Amino acid sequence: MSDPFLVVEDLTVKFPTEDGLVNAVTDLSYTVEQGKTLGIVGESGSGKSVSSMAVLGLHDMRTARITGSIKVGGQEVVGLGESKLRKLRGKEVAMIFQDALAALHPFYKVGSQLAEAYLVHHPKASKREARRKAIEMLDRVGIPQPDRRVDDFPHQFSGGMRQRAMIAMGLINDPKLLIADEPTTALDVTVQAQILDLLQDLQREFNSAVIIITHDLGVIAEMADDILVMYGGRGVEKGPAKEVLTRPQMPYTWGLLSSVPDVHGDTASKLVPIPGNPPSLLDPPSGCAFHPRCAHVDKVAGNKCVTELPPLTAGPTGAGHLNRCHLADPVGVFETEVLPVIAPELLEES
Amino acid sequence: MFAYIVKRLLAGIVVMLLVSLSIFLLFWYGPSEPARAICDSKTSQRCTPAKLEVFTEELGYNNAWYTEFPEYVGGIFTGRDITIASQTTRCDAPCLGLSYKNGKPVWDEMKGRLPATFSVAIGGAFLYLLLGVPLGVAAARRRGTVADKSLVSSFLVLSSVPYYLFALLTFLYFSVLFEAPFIGNPGYVPFTESPSGWVGGLALAWICLGIFGCTQYTRYSRGAMVEALSEDYVRTAKAKGLPQREVVYKHALRAALVPVVTIFGIDFGTLLAGTIFTEKIFDIDGIGLWALLAVGQKDLPIVQATALFAAVALILSNLLVDLLYSVLDPRVRLS
Amino acid sequence: MTDVNHPPHDPENPAVTEGEELSASNEEQKLTFAQLAQTGHAPTELDPDAEPVLSVDNLKMYFPVKSSGLVRRTIGHVQAVDGISFQVPRGGSLGLVGESGCGKSTTGRLITRLYTPTGGSMQFGGKKQDIARMSNRELKPLRRDVQMIFQDPYTSLNPRHTVGAIVGAPLEVHNVVPKNKVLPRVQELLEVVGLNPEHYNRYPNEFSGGQRQRIGIARALTLNPKLLVADEPVSALDVSIQAQVINLLQDLQQEFDIAFLFIAHDLAVVRHFCPEVAVMYLGKIVEVADRESIYNHAHHPYTQALLSAVPDIKQAGQGRRERIRLEGDVPSPINPPSGCRFRTRCPLAQEICAKVEPPLLQIGPRHKVACHFAGEIGRHPATPVTSGLLGVDRQGSPDPAVTPQPIGTNPGYDKQWFDLDSQQMVSA
Repeated sequence: MSDPFLVVEDLTVKFPTEDGLVNAVTDLSYTVEQGKTLGIVGESGSGKSVSSMAVLGLHDMRTARITGSIKVGGQEVVGLGESKLRKLRGKEVAMIFQDALAALHPFYKVGSQLAEAYLVHHPKASKREARRKAIEMLDRVGIPQPDRRVDDFPHQFSGGMRQRAMIAMGLINDPKLLIADEPTTALDVTVQAQILDLLQDLQREFNSAVIIITHDLGVIAEMADDILVMYGGRGVEKGPAKEVLTRPQMPYTWGLLSSVPDVHGDTASKLVPIPGNPPSLLDPPSGCAFHPRCAHVDKVAGNKCVTELPPLTAGPTGAGHLNRCHLADPVGVFETEVLPVIAPELLEES
Repeated sequence: MFAYIVKRLLAGIVVMLLVSLSIFLLFWYGPSEPARAICDSKTSQRCTPAKLEVFTEELGYNNAWYTEFPEYVGGIFTGRDITIASQTTRCDAPCLGLSYKNGKPVWDEMKGRLPATFSVAIGGAFLYLLLGVPLGVAAARRRGTVADKSLVSSFLVLSSVPYYLFALLTFLYFSVLFEAPFIGNPGYVPFTESPSGWVGGLALAWICLGIFGCTQYTRYSRGAMVEALSEDYVRTAKAKGLPQREVVYKHALRAALVPVVTIFGIDFGTLLAGTIFTEKIFDIDGIGLWALLAVGQKDLPIVQATALFAAVALILSNLLVDLLYSVLDPRVRLS
Repeated sequence: MTDVNHPPHDPENPAVTEGEELSASNEEQKLTFAQLAQTGHAPTELDPDAEPVLSVDNLKMYFPVKSSGLVRRTIGHVQAVDGISFQVPRGGSLGLVGESGCGKSTTGRLITRLYTPTGGSMQFGGKKQDIARMSNRELKPLRRDVQMIFQDPYTSLNPRHTVGAIVGAPLEVHNVVPKNKVLPRVQELLEVVGLNPEHYNRYPNEFSGGQRQRIGIARALTLNPKLLVADEPVSALDVSIQAQVINLLQDLQQEFDIAFLFIAHDLAVVRHFCPEVAVMYLGKIVEVADRESIYNHAHHPYTQALLSAVPDIKQAGQGRRERIRLEGDVPSPINPPSGCRFRTRCPLAQEICAKVEPPLLQIGPRHKVACHFAGEIGRHPATPVTSGLLGVDRQGSPDPAVTPQPIGTNPGYDKQWFDLDSQQMVSA
């Protein structure tokens, strides 16, 4: 097992705005190894996208305040100069975005956008070579007749094809890390399945490290080796995918599992919403950011949830699975109280 | 695309007919006595009602407008003979009538003024685009900084100065007070006569139009750039590792140009149609001032001709802009 | 240039501190998990005896495609909806699922008469009035009974109107209550959807996405509609808010006896909310059944592919599930495939599929499917089950030896159906 390709340590990102300082990401730490997939789960305002954009240094350096450490292949990215960052972007680390129709330039042919991505990092290559490479990549991602479609514009592609083209563009320089920000959210479910298959095949082929950012627990379950749950700009649970999804240790994760209906689950299971609204990043709640919406605050002695921020520490099952919660026995609470409500059929299995 | 151009030109012709007709009708049904101008001029200001009636009859104002109008339109293609004060003059195609003031064919006079108008308009537009767009781009890139804010606010102040005042002040300083060399003597000199004279004579006009127009175009470009820079595809371009220069100019600017080009299409047409203050203050014999004078003198043929010219200018510049769109944005399919 | 009335499209940075806007029910005390679980909603149950409030028969919507050039002629039609029939029971819900281009959104707009159908009938209400052919004037009183909830809470509310104006507008249009009663009614509605009634003077951009959706729902409820067409009502919302809104809709349905046509692409949400589901593909209904039959006993290969494509949480740590893979893209609705529209991507397609369009055949008490080879996964018949009924042979050519049986065109369910195992008509 090699050293992790990406090491994020105590990352904090703040943006000053007219209304005040937005704490988009606070003290975030995680790692990703090559050949493995990390799934980052969170809703809007959780900081998941902001943190991954920081990996590429995509924030406006004049306004964003970034502290902490992000090491890409051993190289420190925070505070790195723009010209050195550019060498990483699209080469060592590539990012693909949610809405391919908006993320691809509408005025330029798909092929030339791919070729551009190649030429930036291979300046000595000829235009013909770059075009050949673009066609090769389009073929690799399963676009039929790539030599003809290379001259099409993004609006002439279907949604799924566009997303494939964007993946092709991301992988054209064999990056060691691919960050996919909500790669399938805008797509139909059958197309989503094709894209996820593709991502998995390509990961195996290139042995890249992959980060998938999404709010869809099903996608995370099928794609991720490890999961990081984010809430209010912090990591609140982290561990192997199976662990986090079958024996979650944080009430927010329980809330997610109980409030999202499951096509393949028991028809008798109830939908229990998380009350309230996502936290404000301008004026976050004191102590644990989730406490205003947490139904288990009464199980913690005193007022700890309100006054004290819980640290992200190993849970009762060991060092691999961390949670940010004051509950003494999260596994117990989960199995006795939560599981019977949300998935009675899983009780028999576990 | 060819079919599109043809369609637009056909529609344009309809517009020109309508414009021409409305001016026509204004004189037919308007309050003034249309023949008075010519009567005064031909009788050296001793116009009597009897003489007025003669001229009115001669010019056809006693006939119905729907018989006179087609003659007018026909004259544009084939030329016609016009009788004034019992004198018949041949007015060659394109016949836009004879001036009521001096009896000369309108087209001849117009022909002489067109180069001046085009020189002023093209030079001014070139300057304000050259200044405005890069400034707007620069401001957008530095959005929110002191430089940006001070640029925006100073341009706001500048653009709230009435144009004629701005032009007058320019004239005052450069021409009268400082008698600046080379440019201090504004006036139109045909390019064919003297290229340097052409530049020198128009320089002040260009500077005025340029700086004044620049305040608008900086604002448009800045707004369009700010929006373009916040688009997802700009983020993608950055994420690919493109240098900032390419991100801004190749990706963002091309999209930002679309709204700017739209406005320019209308602006340029209007600019061509008449920059009256500029012409008056900087002594340029263009179409704008000429048109204004004609209205005051009720010289109908000139008024009609200049209105037609304005319509043509706007139609053509809009068509050009639409064609330019389809070049900029491949999603636009002209149909 | 920022537009103060339209917020930056970034829910990460709402204009107002979220904390203030907690729904009324949670402001007073914190619920323990046990109490919270009590508020949890089980999936809506089916009421088999309910009369239909909407009965749609052979509904069609063709959009003309015009040529370019000097003279614009109609050179074809987008067959967005091509002959669909279904029923929505009173006070119940029918889910309409399918992928992009299947025609489900168009269907929603047809029901609310935002479009005028090209063909077919839509019978509404106890008096079974056909709203397909009515003029706008005749429709006006009926518009009170059929309302729509839209997908995007950020763009479906006029940013220049106050919340009170938005919710109160239907009352003013239809002159239902005297002017002085409008405000109390508006406040009542805001409370019903879980918003603070004192906020009627605020503008939409002061609310979060979930709250805006509630405002849209309140507006739809203003005139006590009998049928709500919900077009992707929760897909633009955050996951933790989706459940709140779904539960709200369930509560409203129960309290006010409102029927729902629930249009969505999210099969899981539809499963929870709708006791009956219709699956659409390229303008046709390919399968319609009650929840249990669709999700656990789907018979149409497209439904099966759709269900297998949805990722499964239980797969955690085990990689991708085995699933039915559909190749290619959805064909163009201007030139749909002959016979069965799904055949170009169907793993079971045979000659008969290209020749004969499979009828929507009832195969169970509450289950209809349109496929020549209908069957559960792994148990699809080798020979077409419909050939006998349609009077054709196994390749789809007309067979004089077989007399075709009349296949019911009832938009609802008959008491008799065609049993696939015995290949005979049976009754309950």
